[in-house]
Amino acid sequence: MTKERTIETNSEKKNDSAPNNRPGKKKAAMNLIKYHPLSALVAGIVWLAALLTMAVLVFLVGFITVKGLRHLTPELFSLTYNSDNVSLMPALVNTLVITALALVIAVPLGIFAAIYLVEYAKKGSRLVSLIRITAETLQGIPSIIYGLFGLLFFSTALHWGYSLLSGSMTLVIMILPLIIRTTEEALIGVPDSYREASFGLGAGKLRTIFCVVLPAAIPGILSGVVLATGRIVGETAALLYTAGSVAKIPSSLFGSGRSLAVHMYVLSSEGLHMEQAYATAVVLLVFVLALNGLSTLFARGLTKGRG
Amino acid sequence: MKGKLTEQIMRFVFLIAAFASVLAVALICIFLFSNGIPAMLKIGIPDFLLGQKWKPSNNLYGILPFILGSIYVTAGSVIIGVPTALLTAVFLAFYCPKKLYPILKAMVNLMAGIPSVVYGFFGLVLIVPLMRDLTGHDGSTMLTASILLGIMILPTVTGVVEPALRSVPTSYYEGALALGATHERSVFFTVLPAAKSGVIAGIVLGIGRSIGETMAVIMVAGNQTWMPQGIMKGLRTMTANIVMEMGYAADLHREALIATGVVLFVFILIINLCVSALKRRSAYD
Repeated sequence: MTKERTIETNSEKKNDSAPNNRPGKKKAAMNLIKYHPLSALVAGIVWLAALLTMAVLVFLVGFITVKGLRHLTPELFSLTYNSDNVSLMPALVNTLVITALALVIAVPLGIFAAIYLVEYAKKGSRLVSLIRITAETLQGIPSIIYGLFGLLFFSTALHWGYSLLSGSMTLVIMILPLIIRTTEEALIGVPDSYREASFGLGAGKLRTIFCVVLPAAIPGILSGVVLATGRIVGETAALLYTAGSVAKIPSSLFGSGRSLAVHMYVLSSEGLHMEQAYATAVVLLVFVLALNGLSTLFARGLTKGRG
Repeated sequence: MKGKLTEQIMRFVFLIAAFASVLAVALICIFLFSNGIPAMLKIGIPDFLLGQKWKPSNNLYGILPFILGSIYVTAGSVIIGVPTALLTAVFLAFYCPKKLYPILKAMVNLMAGIPSVVYGFFGLVLIVPLMRDLTGHDGSTMLTASILLGIMILPTVTGVVEPALRSVPTSYYEGALALGATHERSVFFTVLPAAKSGVIAGIVLGIGRSIGETMAVIMVAGNQTWMPQGIMKGLRTMTANIVMEMGYAADLHREALIATGVVLFVFILIINLCVSALKRRSAYD
């Protein structure tokens, strides 16, 4: 973890002295083509690849926005769903409920776990490496496996059925490693002098953590929470067979309800309401864009605070 | 005294929280294996893993077509996605004008954040019809799925490879330059080989994402249960098999689907092991 951090700061420095701001750029480029045609070709391919990547993204977002924006009618936001209005409002509300519930459980759990790993555990102890390995394993598991597990454990073994609750709990497990890792990094980033100063003033360990270390780490933690929110909002495979796909707002957490992403999947696989699927895609993209922006903002706050 | 007690209690609470992820992994393993393995034994492990026919109504549960399907689509996505991702990472680390960098970095992050169902939808409404027009056949093919997955693993691979490239000491690059190599030669023949572990870790991570991807593949791969029949024909992956039939499956059929999940899970665990081993190695470098 510490290594990654130092790498990042190094890379910023390196970027300053990066070799791409050579003087007489045009002349240099001409010389390159003349004397090193292969190198010039490689340079061209590199630029092309980067351009292609960005073009795909811009095209994807542009295509869906342009096609979807005009289908974004007020009807889509009516409170109840029927096959006439194909409203996405219930799905939107369900998404918010699922997200809130999952975050309320996963965020404290993840932060506490990270506090243990960073502030209490002895470095290199077997316990820590066990926890780290399991967290890494969790991070690599695809969402469909989480979905299967949620179906087997929460819906079947605990008899919660298809419900918002089982969906949320499945997502808690899914986002837990992300929150642990980002919090860990944020805590490691807090200079030891903060802790020493706090201890020096007579504060206990607990007070030091909650009143000094955690506040300093908040931007990093928030940026992780926002990333996790993004994952929840876009999640489909893990929710399809845990929260189910009923198109209404359930009366309680034990009722089934589809999230926005599931709503979109159902619409596009039925193929009857493609226009509404476009519109839902736009809403999803807006969410993702906003969350990404927020996360970047927090991350920037983090580096600024350190600078 | 009271303060000491709270300290102890909270320390214990933190410890319990830290164990949540251990508990989660244990539960996932227990529930998947205990539900999946009996079905495998009932069907017969060779019949299940190597059987070429999946016909639940005739009690035929062979998932070889789906295992191959997953492998083929993943291989295709690696062939399409990885070179582009590597070059993009090289661009970000060594070519990108400084002013452009934050924007491009944000774009790559955004790309990683777009939900797979949106990618799938994009493939469904754009790439599938395009392929149909190009080939005159069905548009939902292995190639379509590979292209879409290739796009989806781009940010994953780039995100791991770029920091790996940056962590190579500048002296490597400068040394090559001083020997008269061009910028390109220095980057591709000194820096890139030096970052080998990170590059491979990125690729393996991409493979993991590709093989586990579900929604996007379902929407563009055709999902026929036959053995894969070439890149211009549809196929079904393990992930797709689970989601397609879980809704109405019962008894042995349902258990067979869970067993499919177990096979997928084992694949993922192997890939995970590779990633963490590679990461450890690159940490030592």
